[in-house]
Amino acid sequence: MNKDLDVSGVVKSFGGSAAVDDVSFHVPEGSFFSILGPSGCGKTTLMRMIAGFIEPDVGSIAVAGRSILGLPPNRRPVNMVFQNLALFPMMNVAENIAYGLKCRGETGGAIAPWVERILGRVGLAGFGDRRVDQLSGGQKQRVAIARCLVLEPALVLLDEPLGALDLKLREHMKIELKQLQAEFGTTFAYITHDQSEALVMSDQVAVMARARFEQVGTPRDLYYRPATPFVAGFVGQSVRWSGRVEQRSGGWVLLRTAEGLPIVAAWDGAGADAELFVRPEATQLARTEAELGPLENRFQGSLTSLLFDGAASSVLIEEQSTKVEVRVALPQSGPMQRLAPGDTVWFGWAGEAGACFAVGP
Amino acid sequence: MSGATRLSTFLLFCPALLWLGLLIVAPLVDMGALSVSERVSSDEFRYGLANYATFFDEPVYWQTFARTAGFAVIVTAATLFVAFPVALYIAKQARGVGRAALFTLSLLPFWVSELVRTLGWMNLLRESGLISGLLQWLGVTSGRVELLYNDGAMLVGLVYGGLLFMLIPLINALDSLDDHLVEAGLDLGGSRFTVMRRIIIPHAMPGIVAGSIVVFMLTIGNFATAVLLGGKNSLWFTRAIYDQFITRFDWPQGAAFGFMLLGLSSVLVWLGLKLTGQSLTRSLQQS
Repeated sequence: MNKDLDVSGVVKSFGGSAAVDDVSFHVPEGSFFSILGPSGCGKTTLMRMIAGFIEPDVGSIAVAGRSILGLPPNRRPVNMVFQNLALFPMMNVAENIAYGLKCRGETGGAIAPWVERILGRVGLAGFGDRRVDQLSGGQKQRVAIARCLVLEPALVLLDEPLGALDLKLREHMKIELKQLQAEFGTTFAYITHDQSEALVMSDQVAVMARARFEQVGTPRDLYYRPATPFVAGFVGQSVRWSGRVEQRSGGWVLLRTAEGLPIVAAWDGAGADAELFVRPEATQLARTEAELGPLENRFQGSLTSLLFDGAASSVLIEEQSTKVEVRVALPQSGPMQRLAPGDTVWFGWAGEAGACFAVGP
Repeated sequence: MSGATRLSTFLLFCPALLWLGLLIVAPLVDMGALSVSERVSSDEFRYGLANYATFFDEPVYWQTFARTAGFAVIVTAATLFVAFPVALYIAKQARGVGRAALFTLSLLPFWVSELVRTLGWMNLLRESGLISGLLQWLGVTSGRVELLYNDGAMLVGLVYGGLLFMLIPLINALDSLDDHLVEAGLDLGGSRFTVMRRIIIPHAMPGIVAGSIVVFMLTIGNFATAVLLGGKNSLWFTRAIYDQFITRFDWPQGAAFGFMLLGLSSVLVWLGLKLTGQSLTRSLQQS
């Protein structure tokens, strides 16, 4: 019996404006599905509809082929990890985990070993007697997840549960969540505005904006083959160029930006205006033009600032003829290490490297 | 702390200290002294505990006290029962203007003095009052109905008087309840009843304790409402104190009864806290 989640044609409006507009997706059993979007895009509304706190205006939501619409939250085979975790402060860790089992009607003797087993599996063996406020952020996280997993739901919904953690712990919990999900084999639906969380953990990611899904695909797809300008801009870092199409031949176009910079891009779309998104790591830095070799786009400029951020360091370069400022990733090894502000450098990227989209009507 | 700050701190505390000292501590000390004095002859007194002994020797006094205390417990429970849903609605459901309006509505009756409110109840409940008239007009009864001067009337009046003092700590306590806890309780399979019993009520406990203590103390020490609505047979302990002071002019006996009331009701509150496993400091901190 598979426990897939099927959402189709779901619409929800609040006071005339759509919070979720005709959204459909399918999550196969045992996979990690993320919904990625900026705040206010409707992802929380979508999640609350699956959990049962809001009913959709139109559309269907089914788990394992059976519609769950109309069922109250306490009768759905779906459990939720809340943004603030919502651990019950009036109960200790074991009671928090036993809560759902007791509600289901399990009796006294069976509960304790069950709780002990799940605590062991999330690495909190012996923590049953602790009060909730004696736990660290990461431990609370694990209790919140254990509290859901102990019920063996068809689906666990996670509403930005890592938001409140500090950066280091968040990085750690990302990996831990992914491992927990793989180990238990439970389907996870995860919502977040943090693209790195979605990309690292998910099998499939849906990018949501303005109440609709922009694109659903694997993290790799979203990063390398964005379907819309929104996805290209939202997922990962990009340098965005917009310009007018001057020439067009055999799948190639020549764009001219408003400042007059000519850019070659691989694009077979129609439209007089286009925007091009280029990943910082697709842009190469060099001391001389010759080093850039066969790249279609090659520009000279002077380095204005060094933005040191360890492995994510970059430089700002002012293009010589148009004075446009461009951000380029700075490799932390090799000959570029000793660059200093004021140096003259060359930068460039291949014509196929960017993702190009038509602009306007 | 420098000398100047210490002086200004002292000056800031002065009004409160004077108020407490002159109006509460001093009369209490005086009453305490009075309560342990026995009359030997018309103008000769000596110290002794005879006034306190009277309380235990005469069954009518401690029986009156027991009835008053029992009644106050019932009033407190009834007030909690009535106030809880209202507080839950104001704290968790009502929003914006509606919330402010509801809060003001529950506050409004307290802009009128207790005496006037009690007279209002008398107007409703007396033989020639509104309810009696209404029942006759509807043909439910043929003659006048006396609804005043019984335990029911006292209960209604006292619950009404205690309502606000229960509502405020309850609203404060429930206000801080995170909606996500309720949702999590439902999401994990709990029924509405389970969520109420295991999440909402435990969260509101400090407010329940604080409200119950205040209502219990106000009720057990209430005079006007109990005496006016309960009438001559109300057997209310403050009435016994009043009689000693005013009717029998036996101030030492009245003072002793007053201290008995203070001491015994404090013991009852302490017992209540012990039995329910609550702590006074925690309740007062959180509500």
